[in-house]
Amino acid sequence: MNLRNLTITEAKEGLKNKQFSAVELTQAALDQIKLQDNNLNAFITVTENEALDAAGHADKLITQGEDKPLLGIPIALKDLFSTKGIRTTAASRVLDNYVPQYDATVVTRLKEAGGVIVGKTNCDAWAHGSSGENSDFDPTKNPYNLEYVPGGSSSGSPVAVTSGMSLMATGTDTGGSIRLPASFCNVVGLKPTYGRVSRYGIVAMASSLDSIGHFTKTVADSALVLGITAGHDPLDATTPNHSVPNYNEFLGYDLKGIRIGVPKEYYAQGLDKNMHKLADDALKVLISRGANVIDITLPYSQSAIAVYYIIQTAEVSSNLGRYDGIRYGNDRSYFGDEAKRRIMLGTYVLSAGYYDAYYKKAQQVRTLIVDDFRKAFEQVDAIVAPVSPTPPWKIGAKTDDPLAMYLSDIFTVTANIAGLPGLAVPAGFINGLPSGIQILGPHFSEDKLFKIGYAYEQETQFWKEAPKLNE
Amino acid sequence: MNNKYTPIIGLEVHVELKTNSKMFCSCSADYFGHQPNSHTCPICLGLPGALPVPNRQAIEWCIMIGQALNCKINQFSKFDRKNYFYPDLAKGFQTSQYDLPFGENGFVQLKKGKIRIRRVHMEEDTGKLIHEDIKGESFSLIDFNRSGVPLVEIVTEPDFHDANDVVEYLKKLQTIVRYLEVSNADMEKGNMRLEPNISLQLQGDDGLPKYKVEVKNINSFSFVDKAIKFEIKRQQEILESGKTPVQETRGWNEFKNATVSQRVKEEANDYRYFPEPDIPPIIYSKNQIEQLKEKLPELQETKQMRFVKDYQLTEYDAEILTREKIMADYFEEAAQVAAKHKLTPKQVANHLINGKVDVEQLLPADLIKRIMESTRVKQIDENELNNIITSVLTANEKAVADYKSGKETVIMFLVGQVMRQIKKKVDAQMIKERLKIILYKYGSKN
Repeated sequence: MNLRNLTITEAKEGLKNKQFSAVELTQAALDQIKLQDNNLNAFITVTENEALDAAGHADKLITQGEDKPLLGIPIALKDLFSTKGIRTTAASRVLDNYVPQYDATVVTRLKEAGGVIVGKTNCDAWAHGSSGENSDFDPTKNPYNLEYVPGGSSSGSPVAVTSGMSLMATGTDTGGSIRLPASFCNVVGLKPTYGRVSRYGIVAMASSLDSIGHFTKTVADSALVLGITAGHDPLDATTPNHSVPNYNEFLGYDLKGIRIGVPKEYYAQGLDKNMHKLADDALKVLISRGANVIDITLPYSQSAIAVYYIIQTAEVSSNLGRYDGIRYGNDRSYFGDEAKRRIMLGTYVLSAGYYDAYYKKAQQVRTLIVDDFRKAFEQVDAIVAPVSPTPPWKIGAKTDDPLAMYLSDIFTVTANIAGLPGLAVPAGFINGLPSGIQILGPHFSEDKLFKIGYAYEQETQFWKEAPKLNE
Repeated sequence: MNNKYTPIIGLEVHVELKTNSKMFCSCSADYFGHQPNSHTCPICLGLPGALPVPNRQAIEWCIMIGQALNCKINQFSKFDRKNYFYPDLAKGFQTSQYDLPFGENGFVQLKKGKIRIRRVHMEEDTGKLIHEDIKGESFSLIDFNRSGVPLVEIVTEPDFHDANDVVEYLKKLQTIVRYLEVSNADMEKGNMRLEPNISLQLQGDDGLPKYKVEVKNINSFSFVDKAIKFEIKRQQEILESGKTPVQETRGWNEFKNATVSQRVKEEANDYRYFPEPDIPPIIYSKNQIEQLKEKLPELQETKQMRFVKDYQLTEYDAEILTREKIMADYFEEAAQVAAKHKLTPKQVANHLINGKVDVEQLLPADLIKRIMESTRVKQIDENELNNIITSVLTANEKAVADYKSGKETVIMFLVGQVMRQIKKKVDAQMIKERLKIILYKYGSKN
């Protein structure tokens, strides 16, 4: 059995029909990890024993006729998600030995849904990065070409999903950290609306931008998982009491009447020609499904990276303050260069005398960006754009140039600044490497994003193109 | 001190609220005397990923304190992060309020005049460091039980000019928070922590002095009084010698009876305040604020005035009875029962003020019974009493002379003599009053 050939929906069928047991399914995931992870480095910690125990328990429940949305399904968690009793490092050596006393709310919900945790996935340390190379536990490789980056910061999670090590994996998206790696690894990545999914228990990067999402092979699987993770959490004051629909009900083939906005700022200078073509092709598919494509403008997009790197670093500098060497074992010398860079930038923009010029100004421009989108969504239902200006790059290509690395988030940070949901869907291959489009919508419009993404996916089926891994 | 300098004094007071749970988590806020780190959770330990959810009760109490201090209550308020490093600060920042506190621009009326309140804001307490020698090695241990306990900070304008006014203000503030039943305001338990800032202004100078000395974390009114007086003297001496006192933070050392330098301001932190992203802004409608105001109990001053008016008490009696709400409530209940038995509020007040009544033990109705018993035996003919008193005074000329020469305690001896002659139980207080009057006349006759 190979998990690569199964979606969550299919695996659930298989479990229900006794084609295989949860233990067999989990064992297949663990076997794949053993076989492939030396090359791919998607996992920091593999929880083999716990996983097999949980799978055994799931099998019992299945026999008893119990029906839970993820019962017996192998899942992986970005190593930013606190897991009770399981080391949680944020891919930083500072937390090398940190074992949380509690589960993040999302972890609790996934466990309650019957999910079987096979391990904790690699990422850029503290989620700082766009390529996965900034992990203190070595870079994750792109399964479609081991010389290329898988995208980051959630680098291990999409690799785990696309290479059959788990059927779903979680991620965090602060400036594109789900959508970019999803796009580079040929999987579906959802960055929900800010506040749609609880942040409680997930190591904070930039609290006003962090969004908690996941990777799956298909849009239907993504919708299924959001139904589990979404909703108000009394432990997170930024999760409103907004009802959680059955997202899978919205999936369909027909996009008649749907207005898709194409922001000219995203299809301009700096966009790789091949990426441009890939996005154009995607729009053609959407039109063929009945959507109307409308040109729109988001004039403040050009300021997005600047705003993002002020607000994000400010919050990072504050959030990392607790790792002061007094607790957690390792002191501040264990911070890598990127964390130190962000701490210094963030400290600077918040300092007395500079606050108004940087942080305050950035917040004002943030409001303008929010307003850009508000106006756009008066005209259109959703926006479609490439996830990244370029296809995946070679490992090492940008590691010496932080600014070039930051600019790879140019199309993704806007959604975080405005708190909007974004769904990255596979959109094809450039020189054998995957790339995706993202569908952005107004707050709490995940249902619409799934609808558009699903119709597109039905027509294209790019996700079925598996990476060719050495057996 | 001479009149060359005017002390300019402002005050920051931290009041710990007595909510059941902490400010941002559901741990018990009752930390005093408990096993270290037994009232903690991921949130108040500041563990990675933990998030704060504000305590509504604490916020409303903070607003009510603001209202009791005549503040303008901000409809749009928010929390901010105050970033600094200290081992007792679990998150590396304290969640506090910066530019939009719950209350602003209030005042407290003192005998001499108004003290302006600059702001009333909500924040959280820190953990506590315990320095201990273990097997000959010194360790600093951290107890996080106090971490996250709700604190309200009340900041005045620099409107005080002497220590007495500061103490008057502090007593008033303590009474107010106790009346609101939002804090025990127990100094010994650190429920109220006081930080005066003191500087001296040369008479005739405009504007505030160019320096300011803060004295941190004082936990008693008398230490505040001493610290201010000490500072005024110390700063005056420095100024007299032609120098300017250093801008600094000092602490009160009760053993030395002096303030001692702790931190010179040049090293002051830049707290890098910014809006707390984990807590959405707090919005209260005018209506909600009005509803909270309606919930405010009658405060001491109003109650005192009402007692004078409604119960015909002296201002002095009314003041004593209203110092504590429990006593004031007791008095009112007892006065109601008293009315049914044709006893006056004044009689009840006298008993409460002089009689050492344990208001937590004795029911008001039982108090009235007790008063009635003592008044029943008091029935003694006024002429008879006068005669007895006169005969006692004649028989004890030495005692009378002692009394006249100022040895007033001797009156109790005379009371005893009178009571012995009456041979039945009478109210000693009544005899004492009568004796005083007769003694007064007795003196003028000679």
